[in-house]
Amino acid sequence: MTVPLIELKDLTVDFPVGGNWVRALHGVSLTIRRGEALGLVGESGSGKSVTWLAATKLLPAKARIDGEVLLDGKPIQGLTRDQMAGVRGKRVALIFQDPTSSLNPVHRVGTQIAESVRLHRGFDAAAARAEAKRLLDRVHIPSAARRLDDYPHELSGGTNQRVMIAMALAGEPDLLVADEPTTALDVTIQAQILDLLAEMRRETGMALVLISHDLGIVADITDRVAVMYAGRIVEEAPVDALFDDPRHPYTQGLLAALPDVAGPRRRLTAIPGQVPNPAALPPGCAFAPRCPAAISGCVTAIPSLDAVAADRRTACFRAGHATPWEIAA
Amino acid sequence: MSALLEVEGLVKHYHVRGGGGLFGAPVVLKAVDGVSFAIPAGRTLGLVGESGCGKSTTARLVLGTLARDDGQVMFDGEPVGSVRDARWRSQRRAMQMVYQDPLSALDRRLTVGKQVMEPALVHGLGAAAERHEKALSIMDAVGLSSRFFDRYPHELSGGQRQRVVLARALILSPKLLVCDEPISALDVSIQAQVINLLVDLQEKFSLTYLFISHDLKVVRQVAHEVAVMYLGRVVERGDPEALFHAPAHPYTQALVGAIPTPRTRGRARAALQGDPPSPINTPPGCSFHPRCPRAEARCRSEAPLLRPLDDGRFAACHFPVLSTPAREAA
Repeated sequence: MTVPLIELKDLTVDFPVGGNWVRALHGVSLTIRRGEALGLVGESGSGKSVTWLAATKLLPAKARIDGEVLLDGKPIQGLTRDQMAGVRGKRVALIFQDPTSSLNPVHRVGTQIAESVRLHRGFDAAAARAEAKRLLDRVHIPSAARRLDDYPHELSGGTNQRVMIAMALAGEPDLLVADEPTTALDVTIQAQILDLLAEMRRETGMALVLISHDLGIVADITDRVAVMYAGRIVEEAPVDALFDDPRHPYTQGLLAALPDVAGPRRRLTAIPGQVPNPAALPPGCAFAPRCPAAISGCVTAIPSLDAVAADRRTACFRAGHATPWEIAA
Repeated sequence: MSALLEVEGLVKHYHVRGGGGLFGAPVVLKAVDGVSFAIPAGRTLGLVGESGCGKSTTARLVLGTLARDDGQVMFDGEPVGSVRDARWRSQRRAMQMVYQDPLSALDRRLTVGKQVMEPALVHGLGAAAERHEKALSIMDAVGLSSRFFDRYPHELSGGQRQRVVLARALILSPKLLVCDEPISALDVSIQAQVINLLVDLQEKFSLTYLFISHDLKVVRQVAHEVAVMYLGRVVERGDPEALFHAPAHPYTQALVGAIPTPRTRGRARAALQGDPPSPINTPPGCSFHPRCPRAEARCRSEAPLLRPLDDGRFAACHFPVLSTPAREAA
């Protein structure tokens, strides 16, 4: 078996809050194979962004990170700041939700892309500018040569996200981590960006981690999905298996709560209660208080993420039992 | 059946400076450019469209919190003006607004109970004890237990705060609720709770909703009729099932087709090219024609009117899509 591109092993993150440590991530283990697209879904505070900020060492210094991150099978803990900067961009590129605030407002977009090209590929100024134009062409920005001299505020949100993707591609990364890349965009522009991400992946063979709260987006362009709740992965499965046959009650609940434009109109089945505060997690399984399938054992022990089939894992004592959400509906 | 709210030919134009900042030539931004609709009592009209299409401006014009340039708004048989006289104030009670971000719609320094009672106090309704009683019963109706009465907004979750905002609106016993993206700031599992709550409240209090959202999936869940806006105009209006399953306007078709859902995963999308044009320089003819796959010469010169189709829907298109459903009913 080949060495995976990135492997996270039992990653934990604690933040200092008022003199105490509050655990945001409770041991996340995740493997990204070369060229695959993984979707990471969860609600706010579930730890989906923190996982990747921790893995790429982008969290503030006050955060306490534990666990292992292996890149090509080698741990990255020992890397210096400079070495780590080489990993980011060159091996792992990140794009975020709001493209306009990720770009520097006082520099032309061409300069910003060229800077990234020079940094990661060592081109001279002229070659970097030519490469910047080529990258803008590649992300299908019309009249790329003229757009090089535009400032971010002169471009639309969708075009700025294309610029961010061009910058991410500048280092020819093996993995692109896209954190809610279309959340700030309109639905027709979102469709364009999702198609672009899929196209770039086909052409370059890079792996993709798509972080999103939107199950529809994740279903659209990923091969495998991990569902997070309260700082843990609760279910992981190939995309079709997850949506056709969800095993964890939380995943089942999310799907039942999702309105759709197709299919029959039905009353939504809401998940009762709310996401727990990370500083005051319930005992046992964090989802137990909201779970219709919970039994007494669910509040005394924390279920581990175990393989339930060759390629899927579920953290639930009650996985495989009747789907209680349908009964509730 | 006479409508509770009737809107006819609503227009709001802004005079702004064009490119070049302060020295740019004066140009007209057509935020809302002739919008008409009617909502019968107890029903919901969903107003959808992308950012800048004029849906929120329409809401403010309907409520009379923004002066319109042309057109007419009739609420419960009376015209709605924007002059703040006695009638305007009494209409305020019957027409309430629910915003997207509940935290900024609430006062952080007042307890939940005080905030829920406040509108009744402002409108001079009932004695203090009655207001207290009413607040508790409204809080119960929106699913907030009485233990929240003395809490502050920051102690509540997003879903609970949106319930407080709803309670504040409902304590005045309004007839119409204008909801502007009421659930967009909430998490998926909480969105379903609030959508169901809105549906239940409509039934319980015989409310009429003008429901504004960019999310077609959510609108389908609550609306009895849907109007799709593009650059200040309604381009299609009709029954949600007909409109979403077999859109007649190419823009509606693109909008519906662009929504990724688990059910439609893996299907190819007919992606719409380009960004929406600015409402400052709307293209001549049909304002959608530069992005429209069906556009012909006529579309570039003649603006289509909103006309009835055979199935009772309305579409503003010279060449509406009639037979081919955008996606088969699954």
